[in-house]
Amino acid sequence: MPVATTEAASAARLNSPQDLASLRDSILAQRDPNQQEVIVCYGTGCLASGAQQVEAALKKSLAKAGIDAKVRPLIKTTGCRGFCSRGPLVVIQPQGLFYQKVSAADADEIVDSTLVNGQVVERLLYKDLQTGEAIAREEDIPFYKLQHRVVLGRIGTIDPTDINDTIAAGGYQALAKALYQMTPEQVVSEVERSGLRGRGGAGFPTGRKWKSALAAIKKKGYPAYVVVNGDEGDPGAFMDCMVMEGDPHAVLEGLILGAYALGAHQGYMYVRAEYPVAIKHLTIAMDQARALGLLGKNILGSGFDFDVQINRGAGAFVCGESTALFTSIEGRAGEPKPKYVRSVEEGLWGRPTVLNNVESWANIAQIIEKGGEWYASLGVPHSTGTKVFSLVGKVNNVGLVEVPMGTPLVHIIEDIGGGVPGGEPFKAVQTGGPSGGCLPYDMRDVAVDFDSLTKAGSMMGSGGMIVMDKRDCVVDVARYFLRFLEEESCGKCVPCRLGLTRMREILDGFSRGVGSEKDIEDLVSLAQAVQDGALCALGGSAPNPVLTTLKYFKDEYLAHINEKRCPAGVCKDLITYGIDADKCTGCMTCARQCPQNAITGEKKKPHVINQELCIRCGICMESCKFGAVNVA
Amino acid sequence: MINMVIDGRQVQAQTGWTVLETARQHGIHIPTLCYHEAVEPSGACRLCVVEIGDETWSKVVISCMYPVAEGLNVKTDSPRVRNVRRWILEMLLAECPASPELRALAAEYGVKTTRFESHNPEEQCILCGLCVRVCREVVGVSAISTVGRGVHKKIGSPYEVAADACVACGSCVTVCPTGAMSARLDAIRGAGAGRVAEKGGK
Repeated sequence: MPVATTEAASAARLNSPQDLASLRDSILAQRDPNQQEVIVCYGTGCLASGAQQVEAALKKSLAKAGIDAKVRPLIKTTGCRGFCSRGPLVVIQPQGLFYQKVSAADADEIVDSTLVNGQVVERLLYKDLQTGEAIAREEDIPFYKLQHRVVLGRIGTIDPTDINDTIAAGGYQALAKALYQMTPEQVVSEVERSGLRGRGGAGFPTGRKWKSALAAIKKKGYPAYVVVNGDEGDPGAFMDCMVMEGDPHAVLEGLILGAYALGAHQGYMYVRAEYPVAIKHLTIAMDQARALGLLGKNILGSGFDFDVQINRGAGAFVCGESTALFTSIEGRAGEPKPKYVRSVEEGLWGRPTVLNNVESWANIAQIIEKGGEWYASLGVPHSTGTKVFSLVGKVNNVGLVEVPMGTPLVHIIEDIGGGVPGGEPFKAVQTGGPSGGCLPYDMRDVAVDFDSLTKAGSMMGSGGMIVMDKRDCVVDVARYFLRFLEEESCGKCVPCRLGLTRMREILDGFSRGVGSEKDIEDLVSLAQAVQDGALCALGGSAPNPVLTTLKYFKDEYLAHINEKRCPAGVCKDLITYGIDADKCTGCMTCARQCPQNAITGEKKKPHVINQELCIRCGICMESCKFGAVNVA
Repeated sequence: MINMVIDGRQVQAQTGWTVLETARQHGIHIPTLCYHEAVEPSGACRLCVVEIGDETWSKVVISCMYPVAEGLNVKTDSPRVRNVRRWILEMLLAECPASPELRALAAEYGVKTTRFESHNPEEQCILCGLCVRVCREVVGVSAISTVGRGVHKKIGSPYEVAADACVACGSCVTVCPTGAMSARLDAIRGAGAGRVAEKGGK
């Protein structure tokens, strides 16, 4: 928490932009720029690897150190700093020192060496993947240096549960500007000028959507609604989660701006129930904004009223689809409806509605503050701005990455992501989640923007990026995504309800070596029927992983069918594990780890696998330090 | 009046009509399973798909809900349309092998066998949802609904307990295109149905 006295300030309602400015000034005036801050990342990844224990240990060590209260460093927890594979992360400000993989046991040393004596704890620094050189400051680490953070700009520097921290960082300036210096139409024009396209996946121009909504409102009148789609559910995607957790006010301010632009007085945030921290932080943000008069009646004394409520998704992936999301908010089972009448005309409760994704909303305040032209100057002409990706899978630097649109795929995976562990080139990357496509290494130079990815047969989607290496089987990957969507299909329309299962069954056959080239033809034909025939985008895009893997990796499919072989060594019915007697040192690790007790052999002598007992789980291969276990 | 083209024929439609209504008005046949004049369309069976557009751009839409527009060019039997229909029928055949109505319809579109394994040889329900819509929209009692999702979806009463709200009017049975509902009605109707019968008797 920044300063004790700001609590008194929080209680006072802000009735003008001047009030907001003086609150900000008073918060900043109470801050010492040389004040040491120990920032503990409280992103989900860091929490999972022990950030809470690290924070507690740091507090304890700090109390022990007996530093004069006047100069005692503050400990602050923030949203996700993005470098999830290196967590728990601790950053020391104002020096910008970056400590990674910190454990509670490191707390004393951090306090004694760094905070008391100004020394860097070398062993906690990030080491460059190529040179091995230790890098002390966050901004010099390639993972951060090569990014361009706009949406993630404040995340990791502010305490998301303290509105004063957001206000100090410039929060709600755009709202004050819009309410007092801009007409609603000007707000819409600014968003249109920015070229922002929907970050949820479809990439529909946000400004145009708002404009159509205004036209619909003119025709049908009020009420109209603004809605946040926070039902992020793609496997491996966590961008929106981290934005809601780490900078909830950015989403809220964007939504209020949208409401002002449309004249809407009620908004909804539809957030999946599996994101309890996001819901908590959004709720806190809304309460604090309401107390300051930034939300609710007569916002900032402008006369504009707007309030918002959170609706929790009940675990159905399909509720991220706009019409299903509305049905769910309305209190019925989340099933999509045909969208021949657009939701800007007939959305929630049949009223004109603007639904945008979390990341889209989180961009709005900066667009209003810095201007649409500034935003349009980032990225490429038809895909402006930046995009946040969650970079996961077989990549060294797993985490949240924000780059300008149009950045080459290879730059994201190899330069920022540090490439595949072990240094081999990646095999493929799945962009756009289960609805997206699988692009091979050969397409590594493709520009990551809406149109280029679509042209390559994949899609932007909401920004999941799953990197695969030679140990990933494309048939298995296609099966995985299909099975995911099969389970998430609402079952309303026949192509999706039955088609996904039948496609998956054909792939199941391939993974067992059962199938023919005629089956591949049938699979493609059925995939096209599902694409053309499904009611909503869940079904309509579900065949993408199958079709793109078939397009780029047909040989691997044929190896399964014709040679009964899984080249990646994944499909259990087609592989055998073996031990290379020349490499095996007889250390017995594999034998101890094998859940089937299928590995036998004397100490210091080569071991063997009993194929009758082996269930092909691969634990032996993972546990062998000598590379003696092979799969064929 | 709206001027448009269906299968190369110039046809006229009223504002507010759907493509299906227009086609039927002009005697152009489009197959349907989940469509019924008595209830709102839902777009579940997808059998009524048509292709709209021209050589440069086209998309497949469902005719039962797609609104007519001036100059719209509709193909009811294009290769893309036939492909969607063929797979829907082939999958439904495996799903509901016990429905003679479905077998007849499939045969009409050249689908006589299915490559897919059937899970239940007795099944007749195609999950078109007509029974649910007629119960909600026409009878006004919402005694039944779809239960579950995806491949587990089925027609039933809430919590699979006999529904007191059911008045045993039989509308669901009447509207069912495959006869599946007659086998389910007894399990669905609860005490409420009895009460109606009692009241009617006195």
